[in-house]
Amino acid sequence: MARTRVTRPASRRVSPRISRRISRRAAADVCLLVVAAAFCLPLAWVVLSSVDPRADLTVKAPDGLTLGNFEAILTADVTFRPLLNSLLLCGGGTALAVVCAVLAAYPLSRFQSRLNRPFLLTILFATGLPITAVMVPVYALFVQVDLIDTPQGTVLFFAASQLPFAIWLMKNFMDGVPKELEEAAWTDGASTWQSLLRIVLPLMGPGVAVVTVFSFVTMWGNFFVPFMLLLTPDRMPASVSINEFFGNRGMVAYGQLAAFSVVYSTPVILLYVLIARRLGGGFALGGAVKG
Amino acid sequence: MTRRTLARALPLTPAVVLLLLFLAGPIAYCAYIAFTDLQLTGQAESSFVGLENFRTAFGDEGFRNAVWLTLVFTVVSSLVGQNTLGLALASLMQRASKPVRTLTGGIVITAWVLPEVVAGFLLYAFFRREGTLNAVLDALHLPRQNWLFTLPILAVSFANVWRGTAFSMLVYSAALQEIPREVTEAAQVDGAGGWRRLWHITLPMIRRSIGTNLMLNTLQTLSVFGLIWVMTRGGPGDRSQTLPLFMYEQAFQNSMIGYGTAVALLLLLVGALFSVLYLRLLRTEV
Repeated sequence: MARTRVTRPASRRVSPRISRRISRRAAADVCLLVVAAAFCLPLAWVVLSSVDPRADLTVKAPDGLTLGNFEAILTADVTFRPLLNSLLLCGGGTALAVVCAVLAAYPLSRFQSRLNRPFLLTILFATGLPITAVMVPVYALFVQVDLIDTPQGTVLFFAASQLPFAIWLMKNFMDGVPKELEEAAWTDGASTWQSLLRIVLPLMGPGVAVVTVFSFVTMWGNFFVPFMLLLTPDRMPASVSINEFFGNRGMVAYGQLAAFSVVYSTPVILLYVLIARRLGGGFALGGAVKG
Repeated sequence: MTRRTLARALPLTPAVVLLLLFLAGPIAYCAYIAFTDLQLTGQAESSFVGLENFRTAFGDEGFRNAVWLTLVFTVVSSLVGQNTLGLALASLMQRASKPVRTLTGGIVITAWVLPEVVAGFLLYAFFRREGTLNAVLDALHLPRQNWLFTLPILAVSFANVWRGTAFSMLVYSAALQEIPREVTEAAQVDGAGGWRRLWHITLPMIRRSIGTNLMLNTLQTLSVFGLIWVMTRGGPGDRSQTLPLFMYEQAFQNSMIGYGTAVALLLLLVGALFSVLYLRLLRTEV
């Protein structure tokens, strides 16, 4: 803008151009705000209803503030056990997926082999497969090998279903760590394991964090996998137990449902904020997905 | 030589074992039981029935209905909705002021990060007869509707747009930032208006991102189950029953695992087809 001012001192020419830029910005702002408001309505409903003693299905200012909804749901049966189940299932699945992905990414990133490319293409192909479609055969298979309704079975399947994407991301992050550092360590007599643990992993901390958080968030929100593979209500994670509010209790307590949704969603939102900040804006995942 | 290769491939073992047992195994098993008459209970053993399940499927009114609804769901919510809205948001964000950009991005991404079932509940409340959408329509003096009854497939499609747009927005924001400023400015100097710049410059320059985004959106949309399950259970009747819900109903509520798996196999094949297209797209990029 400064340059415009210098090259065109005649003020009558400058002002329309600047004002057009300003009005374009204002138009963009207005459009975005309209979309934001539309996207916000359902979110506003859940937040407002959770503190509303007489919540229904419409967004409205609460009839007085109450924490009664939260008090009603913060019990072992309704909230703590399902959340603990979620934590164990998703934590276990994530840990397994991340460890396997780090191990697998290392040779793929560091050693030349004719098999790397076909392997990576297969992995990338697998990231695209609709996991929903394999759940019926997985169920049938799990019944036969007695893994149905067991937490370990669900953890193993969670890990496997997340693994293709985790390996792909991890390999890309590992490619970003310069090989020279490791070569120096090798000449000093470090083994492969030592260089992976002491040199590569510490340097790709943000990458590991992204894969970990992304896997965990995906599993935390997953409904269909535990819905199919677990049967006992006591073993259900929050994503499935939340249905109790709906189907089986006859009348729906919307305030409590909203309060539970808030409690159940908060951890993943916080986790997302954590990695988004660490990576400077939320665009890193989009970029990583692009390959 | 081979020994060293083996030692180097060793760290791959846990991942490969997991993938073979829990991903490749079920897919192979899927391809097998799709050709049997396996049932959920009562029956000791299943027998091979050849293409019978597929013949049943193509003659089944319910299956054709599910295919059609899946098509509508995918086109409306992924190809048109998420993709276009994501691109529009990304390009508006380039021009908008920073606080507005941050606020909008935050809200849209929150909708994306929320667990699927919670998103389903929020949108259920939004589209219900006594829900927020009708309250807004009343305020604007527009006719209200019982959305989940009159237009269930459209309601779940919009729900999927709400939930999935953030991904497209992120992909396109990254892509738009890579367009050199000089290019757009040169076009502006030459007098190209906004729409012409979009059509002749922006879109051609980000076409690979568009391809990638469309593929990933479509693949994600094909496997949506929880969102629709929570909002409508595939109903009323079967008017929002997409293929994953149809598959579930056949396999578990009707106890026909063989038939349900045949449907699953078809879904898997469609997914595989899109996945191969996606690979081809990336290959030209690398």
